[in-house]
Amino acid sequence: MRFLMTVNGGGSPPDEQLYAEMGRFVEELTRAGVLLATGGLDRGTHVVASGGNITLTDGPFTESKEVIVSFALIEVRTKDEALELARRFWKMVGEGEGDIRQVSGPEG
Amino acid sequence: MTTDTDTVAARRATEAVWRLESARIIAGLAGLVRDVGLAEELAQDALVAALEQWPADGIPANPGAWLMLTAKHRAIDQIRRNERLGGKLKLLGRELETAQQAAPAEFEAVLDNEKIDDDLLRLMFIACHPVLSTEARIALTLRLLGGLTTEEIARGFLAAEPTIAKRIVRAKRTLASKQVPFEDPPPAERSARVASVLEVIYLVFNEGYAAMAGDDWMRPALCAEALRLGRVLAELMPAEPEVHGLVALMEIQASRIPARLSPAGVPVPLPDQNRGRWDQLLIRRGFTALLRAKQLGGPPGPHVLQAAIAACHAQAQTAADTNWEQIAMLYQALAALAPSPVVELNRAVAVAMADSPERGLEITDSLTAEPALSGYHHLPSVRADLLTRLGRYDEAAGEFRRAASLTRNIPERTVLLQRAAECDARA
Repeated sequence: MRFLMTVNGGGSPPDEQLYAEMGRFVEELTRAGVLLATGGLDRGTHVVASGGNITLTDGPFTESKEVIVSFALIEVRTKDEALELARRFWKMVGEGEGDIRQVSGPEG
Repeated sequence: MTTDTDTVAARRATEAVWRLESARIIAGLAGLVRDVGLAEELAQDALVAALEQWPADGIPANPGAWLMLTAKHRAIDQIRRNERLGGKLKLLGRELETAQQAAPAEFEAVLDNEKIDDDLLRLMFIACHPVLSTEARIALTLRLLGGLTTEEIARGFLAAEPTIAKRIVRAKRTLASKQVPFEDPPPAERSARVASVLEVIYLVFNEGYAAMAGDDWMRPALCAEALRLGRVLAELMPAEPEVHGLVALMEIQASRIPARLSPAGVPVPLPDQNRGRWDQLLIRRGFTALLRAKQLGGPPGPHVLQAAIAACHAQAQTAADTNWEQIAMLYQALAALAPSPVVELNRAVAVAMADSPERGLEITDSLTAEPALSGYHHLPSVRADLLTRLGRYDEAAGEFRRAASLTRNIPERTVLLQRAAECDARA
């Protein structure tokens, strides 16, 4: 089953040590056959579709804590495995917010 | 104070840690005690200890290292009781002392990643060792490398749990009695041993791929497990093109899982699948793996060739865009390298598409007497298709009925019988 782990903005940018630790973590997950894709996201464009009108608004947005800034798509065997990996990730990061959501699909 | 919910949560977290770490722990222990069966027992003991302690004390900062250290303690207890292995005690004791003195942050060193990678690869080789039957290799691989329980393996393979349990016990006993060393295969045996590992992984994948609608979810989960093992193996043996070939093949085949069954549960042939449902992420991963294989150079092996065929299908935007000439050529190369009646049947399909149904049918004519295909419903169903395209409806109806009598998928049987009736009407 696949899970999308996302990290919200608002935290302090990673220092060199955290950066290196994250690199190791990503490598470890790749070696374990768990990590399918990962990436960072820019501040983006907000889309509102209403009454046939499409409104596009460029970021940045004030509440950066509510905006996803990076993600990892992982494939694991149980939800508990995803939660355990999330625990390891957040232990490393220290402070911040994010979500873990199962990606639905025929294999889900 | 802990509540019941805390206990349940801790228990589930402990089991998740076990799933994630067990293969590396067993591998690391096997590297120390040189006995896979003993290594697994020790690792299991450590899991039991974790299940007792973690719910009360909380999960340690580095759960993998905790399990490994605990298992090492047990290894020493075990060895103390066993004079015959006394020589290893010193070595173990020294490592343990160092680990105990180390600060928690340095526990990482206990799990020397590179060394464990080597042991993990040795564990794969020994689980797929040629002294074991193919069935035993599969069960042992899923148990030791996949961390699957006996019950899960039994459900995955539609077998009785005691059968699988016996198979695993016997496999470990065989490895011990034949004194199979826990080591890298000797250079002369290496390529055959790699091939055995790849075979086991692909058999697991195919078992999952053969799962039908309504089957236990553990069966399709075998596909994901095989894919995971393949991805792990590709990192352990980055210089083996065939490993990347197998990964590419599985990634691309898995990309079609969402499209391969109709809502009624009938297998949908590749050309008729809804390509919009193919998983593009897996296709891209498959192409990347295939590229890695090709960049390593050398003549393509059977898995690289099969992956290349799968890639041809994945590249075609519509079924009509399929480059059948290329696929027929690749099947020819595959038939020359690893001849088999199934490969020949697939080649017949490709030739029929690239050239003419007659030429394809000719190839299948030579297969009808093949004992290996006597119960294989794809042979009559391919022939039925080709005969239909040639307007030979009477013969086609007979082949559709033969195919219907051989498939064990009930919805597919219904469809095949319908097609037979359509042929009857046109004959």
